Amino acid sequence: MQKTAVRAFLEKVWPALVLLLPLLLVVVLADLYGSVLFQRTVTDALIKIVLVVGLYIFIGNSGIVSFGHIGFAGIAAYFATWMTCCAMMKPITMTGLPDFLRLETYSLWSTALVSVAAAGLAALVIGLVLMRLSGLAASISTLAALFIFHAVYSNWDSVTMGRASIVGVPTYVTVWVALGGAALAIVVAWLYQTSRFGLATRAARDDEVAAQASGISLYWNRLIAFVISGMVVGLGGVLMVHFQGTISVNAFYLNLTFITLAMLVVGGMRSLSGAVVGVVVLTSVADVFRRLEAGIDLAGTRLSTPVGTQEMFLAALMLLILVFRKDGLMGRRELRFPGARRRTGTAARSSQTSV
Amino acid sequence: MRNFLQVMVDAIALGSLLALVALAIGLVFGVMRLINFAQGDYITLGAYALVVPAASLTPTLLLGALPVPLMVVGVLLVVVMMALATERMAFRPLRDSDPATLLISSFAVSYFLQHLIMLVHTGRPKSIGIGQALTTPIEVLGLRVPGIQMVTMGVTAALLIALVLFLKRTPMGIQMRAAAENFQMARLLGVPANRVIAMAFVISGVLGGTVSLLLIVQTGTLDIRMGLMPVIFAFFATVIGGMGSLVGAALGGFLVGVASVLLQSYLPDGLRPFRDAFVFGLVIVILLVRPKGLIVTGAARERV
Repeated sequence: MQKTAVRAFLEKVWPALVLLLPLLLVVVLADLYGSVLFQRTVTDALIKIVLVVGLYIFIGNSGIVSFGHIGFAGIAAYFATWMTCCAMMKPITMTGLPDFLRLETYSLWSTALVSVAAAGLAALVIGLVLMRLSGLAASISTLAALFIFHAVYSNWDSVTMGRASIVGVPTYVTVWVALGGAALAIVVAWLYQTSRFGLATRAARDDEVAAQASGISLYWNRLIAFVISGMVVGLGGVLMVHFQGTISVNAFYLNLTFITLAMLVVGGMRSLSGAVVGVVVLTSVADVFRRLEAGIDLAGTRLSTPVGTQEMFLAALMLLILVFRKDGLMGRRELRFPGARRRTGTAARSSQTSV
Repeated sequence: MRNFLQVMVDAIALGSLLALVALAIGLVFGVMRLINFAQGDYITLGAYALVVPAASLTPTLLLGALPVPLMVVGVLLVVVMMALATERMAFRPLRDSDPATLLISSFAVSYFLQHLIMLVHTGRPKSIGIGQALTTPIEVLGLRVPGIQMVTMGVTAALLIALVLFLKRTPMGIQMRAAAENFQMARLLGVPANRVIAMAFVISGVLGGTVSLLLIVQTGTLDIRMGLMPVIFAFFATVIGGMGSLVGAALGGFLVGVASVLLQSYLPDGLRPFRDAFVFGLVIVILLVRPKGLIVTGAARERV
């Protein structure tokens, strides 16, 4: 009995798990043979996968572009900082914190759970308001939400130390921990998008009017998507802060928003595999450019590209994808692997219809 | 009372500046459903055109060394060319995309331009002294008003009048309004789409260049993110005013400017640092009460 339930679950999430196999291979190689720098690049990419998959859960399924999710990563990351950081300094530098945060330090597991829950709560409160809007108005107000987050956290000196960096957050995120995070994010995204709520949200994305006529509530379904994706993005924020060991409010602002969106757009906004592929592709591109900026020896002369070319290339690549391959590298398809018996109905059908 | 009047002058001066940026965004949105986030980088670019690219913190002047009329024309020309170039290369191929995709693409263009400027001029803030005579306050009716605020208000008024005349009296302006009302229908009736959209970008470039000059005189610093805050506020101003409505954009610009100066002056001390959060919160509230903005146009209606 037990065995069949486990087996059924595994069969259900198999298409998501196969996305992880190549990642697992890279992690094993990085762990065994990779330099410290390479391991850090891989870890960073895996954390980006958590963030981008989190974004995908809302954007991909609801079709509404959100510019505000990085704010949830920031909220979770600050919560994790308050719970674990610098027991000596905290009572002096962050005087505005309530005593249970200011004077206590918590275990990493409970910190992660509470921080993710905090991001989910923030997403719920904001979503309750914003999900009443649709289309462009919704996108714009998510951007307003990001600016509100930034304005508050960069000025709330007594708990966030303003724009200064907080250092001394414990760093426990290795490639393996990051891989675990990415796996969790991917499985959650897959379970959500094949659940009835996910299907309803996708139906509303493809045809709002028809979906409503079939009795689907746009509001509640989008709210569920918003909260789940807020929590996954929050998990990404927690991993980020425990990987870098420092936090500053500008790390969770327009640049990260742009990079993560670019990854999603390049990979394909409407496909979970696309979210993962986008991160892998753009991380590789960025790595090549990082090496070029450091300089390479070519026939005795040292050539290097000026700082900033990487970002320009990234933006140009994103524009090219938007112009020539609007649905990204993956289109609307999911990767198929041997053993994934069939595509789910929605994926198959939505690849036929146009926006 | 005098204090209040002083605050109002500040409010209207800031409102004018934002109205100019909001008009540029609103005009382009009207004809092609694009919220052009890169408008902020046009402003930055115009300001950087004043100096010679160099790592120095007080760079030698380039366009800024010319006599004032030539300098103004030069800056406007640079910004207009850049606006046209982005339209031709980035936005024209995407013309049929939905507004959200266009918004993402304008983020990409903005990111590109920002790093292009960084590449050429380095990322460090620089100081530049142009038109400093304008910053000295003048006594007007017992109020001390910096000259640049008067200039800002005057220029805004003049540009608003010119824009209204252009839109109401010239064939091109009428075509542009028709395109903003219903783009497909206007095309069917012979409105040249490419020319109308290009014209909208030209005007947004002129407005952007004007704002860069006004900003530079006011602050005296060059920074690669100098266009960001004006464009964010103006962006929300167009939303508040009603996307696609030019009257709404100008009105929204003034409203946001006035609201932020009033909040700055009258919020209790503890809350003052969070002024921006209140302004953006206001945007969400207005969107909830009136999702289409204060002034609803045909352009804002979604076509099923």
